[in-house]
Amino acid sequence: MKTIRSMLFALIAIVLIASVVGCQPKQASGPVTIRVLTMEQAGPTVDEMNAIVAEFNEANPDIKVEIEYVAYDALHDKITTAMASNPPAYDVFLADDIWYAEFAKSGYVLDGTDRVSKETHDKIFPAAWDITTVNSKVYGMPWLLDEKYFFYNEDLLQQAGFEAPPATWEELLAQSKVLKEKGIVEYPMVWSWGQYEAAICDWVILLYGNGGSLVDDKGAPAFNNEIGVKTLNWMIQTIDDGYTNPASISYVEEDVRNVFSQGKAAYAVNWTYMYDLVNFNKDESQVTGKIKMALMPAFEGSGVESSSINGSMGFSVAATSPSADAAWKYVEFLTSESIQNKYSAHLLPMWQTSFEGENLTKLEGYTPANAVTVPMFNMQFPFAHVRPKVPYYPEASKALQLALQEALTKQKTPEQALNDAAAKWVDLAK
Amino acid sequence: MKKKLRVVLLSILVLLALLFVYVPVAWLVISSVSSRSELLSTPIHWIPQQPTLQNYINILSPSQGTSEVAKTFRITLWNSLMVASSVTVIALVFGSLAAYALIRLRFPFRQTLLIGILGTRMIPEISLVIPLYLFATRFGLFNSPIILVITYLSFALPFAIWLMAAFFESIPVELEDAARIDGCNRLETLWRIIMPISAPGLVSTGLFVFLTAWDEFFFALILTSTVSAKTVPVAIAEFTGRYVVDVGGMMTGGVLAAIPPVLLSLIFQRYIVSGLTAGAVKG
Amino acid sequence: MQRKRTLAQQDMLVGFALILPSFLIILGISLQPILTTLYLSLFEVPRGINLQQTFVGLGNYISLLSEPIFWATIGRTLYFTVISVGIELVLGLAIAQLIHAHPPGWQFLRTSLIIPWAVPTIVNGTMWRWIYNADYGALNGLLLQLGLIDKYIPWLTRPDIAMNLVILADIWHSVPFIALILQAALATLPADLEEAASVDGATALQYFWLIRLPLLRPAILVALIIRTVEAFRAFDIIYVITNGGPANGTVTISFLTYLEMFSFGHAGRGSALSFLISIFTLALAFIYIRMLYRPEEKL
Repeated sequence: MKTIRSMLFALIAIVLIASVVGCQPKQASGPVTIRVLTMEQAGPTVDEMNAIVAEFNEANPDIKVEIEYVAYDALHDKITTAMASNPPAYDVFLADDIWYAEFAKSGYVLDGTDRVSKETHDKIFPAAWDITTVNSKVYGMPWLLDEKYFFYNEDLLQQAGFEAPPATWEELLAQSKVLKEKGIVEYPMVWSWGQYEAAICDWVILLYGNGGSLVDDKGAPAFNNEIGVKTLNWMIQTIDDGYTNPASISYVEEDVRNVFSQGKAAYAVNWTYMYDLVNFNKDESQVTGKIKMALMPAFEGSGVESSSINGSMGFSVAATSPSADAAWKYVEFLTSESIQNKYSAHLLPMWQTSFEGENLTKLEGYTPANAVTVPMFNMQFPFAHVRPKVPYYPEASKALQLALQEALTKQKTPEQALNDAAAKWVDLAK
Repeated sequence: MKKKLRVVLLSILVLLALLFVYVPVAWLVISSVSSRSELLSTPIHWIPQQPTLQNYINILSPSQGTSEVAKTFRITLWNSLMVASSVTVIALVFGSLAAYALIRLRFPFRQTLLIGILGTRMIPEISLVIPLYLFATRFGLFNSPIILVITYLSFALPFAIWLMAAFFESIPVELEDAARIDGCNRLETLWRIIMPISAPGLVSTGLFVFLTAWDEFFFALILTSTVSAKTVPVAIAEFTGRYVVDVGGMMTGGVLAAIPPVLLSLIFQRYIVSGLTAGAVKG
Repeated sequence: MQRKRTLAQQDMLVGFALILPSFLIILGISLQPILTTLYLSLFEVPRGINLQQTFVGLGNYISLLSEPIFWATIGRTLYFTVISVGIELVLGLAIAQLIHAHPPGWQFLRTSLIIPWAVPTIVNGTMWRWIYNADYGALNGLLLQLGLIDKYIPWLTRPDIAMNLVILADIWHSVPFIALILQAALATLPADLEEAASVDGATALQYFWLIRLPLLRPAILVALIIRTVEAFRAFDIIYVITNGGPANGTVTISFLTYLEMFSFGHAGRGSALSFLISIFTLALAFIYIRMLYRPEEKL
């Protein structure tokens, strides 16, 4: 009994210590090892990441870098668990845009505001800083720029007699009517409106494209106003009218890609990754060669030209890392202009200069897909919106996902659903 | 005539049961040898028109360009095999001993212990993750197969004990009494008489423990980090990128992951011979 | 001079020795986490370093128990558990008896049963998600070819249907466990019983109901408890097939616990939820034990 009791006390003490006290460990000097947590398919391949480390070590031979890869779905849990121990299991980790406010509040991410030179700050896209900046403090270097794009199947449109993609959602509906009546495609649109973050991304695009916003300037929920209700009603109407694939209510990005690849949809909204796979990869798609991209439509009379969602990530240093300085050096190197330009075959750099002159030509030339997606990026990015940087975002997002689902499955009216979600947001903000 | 009818009837039932098992498995195998484009065909291609073994090649004989997860899949299969086997052997040994004691021997708090052991399994594992993680890092067991073995043992033992207890219970006490009269003590009785008879129970309990360890995901995810300790479920999860799901790869992983347990059960099948107790208790 | 131990003393010693290793392993690993969870459930635990924990006593429990969402989720979980486990028990018992009768192909069937059980849950979930898909799924494909439907149906967009489809996926994966355990139990029974019964003139039904089923009681009890605990824990399969949708229609209590503890970072509330789950599962286990446990019953 005694041994159990003392074991108990010791371990409870450890748990408490790990979660209460936050004394900064002394910065280690001499050879250090940095543990990095990232995911595969997050830009450079594993071999390229190793090559980058080798280059890093030329200038910093004392800093050993170990990289671990996990699935995206596991990233958040791995990070939060790792940060429970002191020292944390990882010194550097890749974080998703929507976790930054949460991580900043929890003290997981190092405040790097003073470590970023003005020059660096100015040379990187402002919208990229939106990802890692919370309350004017920079908590990491942006990584892996991405946004959602508007894709259309040129062949199907031409069959219906349309030479150009729609510029507004109203025009799209008019085209859809023809597509449907002529029997060319049963459900012209397919969306990712399932109970996932993907639905919020689509919601942001449509809402802002209608002149609405998620929150007002005071940070209070604005998505349940007139515009929000109108937008949600529009979504439901497109399903009722048979223009949106009804299965969209359970779909996520991959499902959208799949349906689009079957040629069962004329329009789709998805991230950069889809283009190469649907247009150039015969093993993955039945509609290769027919797919084009265009600026995301907006609603007529909204005063908005286009909208999209900024869904990028960032590399951060663990705030309680004993090797924070070394870790930051690595992050700086990894995200530096030269490295990004060198290894931009699989990621969109965030340096504005990467999209100029020689760099741009190189970037566009990497793959046939890049020739289209890179100029598209330049065109669409100015319209990309970020989701609110609030520490309770995961819970807020779930509430909004539920609201969208309840309205789409007709369990609540759009007003009711959105108001309930807004009430939850207000509650969470307390 | 009646016997023949019975055989026919039973054979039909066996066929139905086999359909229940194999129709989804057929889909599993088909999707592992089909390209995504083919999988998306409507109407469905029940037999792929352009089957490809690329998924299997990626895992079994990876080349430079293959994804990391496919390259390292075989290692994770091995890790899972090691962990699951260790857990099974230890759980069967300690578990049957404990079960025997709790069922047959008389000592105070017997019932309480039986219920208590079960009680430890009632807490959802999810809330045990962080304390276990801290424990592992504290004692240098993070990313080691040992922490997985210990953790899985604590999950599997209570159920293994209860399962073996159920099997022991159905063995007539008279058998043991007869052995005692013949001069065996408790342990000899256990070894010589009880164990052989409960071989079917041991095999199926062993299978249960093995598959519990084989399929466990969350703890393996949190408690391991490098390929030297990762297990199959964690590897399979990595076929999912941020958006792209490599379904073909995942299904292939699933097919390969099902093979070791099936092989193991084939090996131990001969021990499940029924009727060992036939005629054991004659007047 | 050594005194001969009494039978009772010998029993106690041997018993203690046999139990000790298991006891140590189980308690050694589980005790501290369980106690930590209990402890944390009495606090409001904000996620993070440097953040204070506030003692709220039973506050978390009260707040959870007074939320309609909690009870709705428990309801869904009970539905999932009862239907899953119920069907699994019936099917498992049937298959176990089928195998035990040694019809042609029984060995092949028994080995084949392992496959659904051995396929990792994530693969199982993904597979069924594809099968249920509204635009390219095999279920729709099959039903269309059989003429049972005239166009593809978006099954997973209907909350009630989605839940049943998740249950189907779980049943496929879990029936083998019950079937094989019960089949092993049947194999452990004395074979001459059946002979004796038919000599006595009992019909097959009488034999099943009055003799075989009661003998299988211990095995059924354990299988039920294990499957119930596992069904209450169902998380991965739901996560992969529906992520809790549509409109929370497939959110079970374990899914909710995961959300609270890991996604939202409420360790205190999550711990309280965990304890509430244990109370529910313990209650169910007690019900089973009441119904099925007869410790001293002998033939």
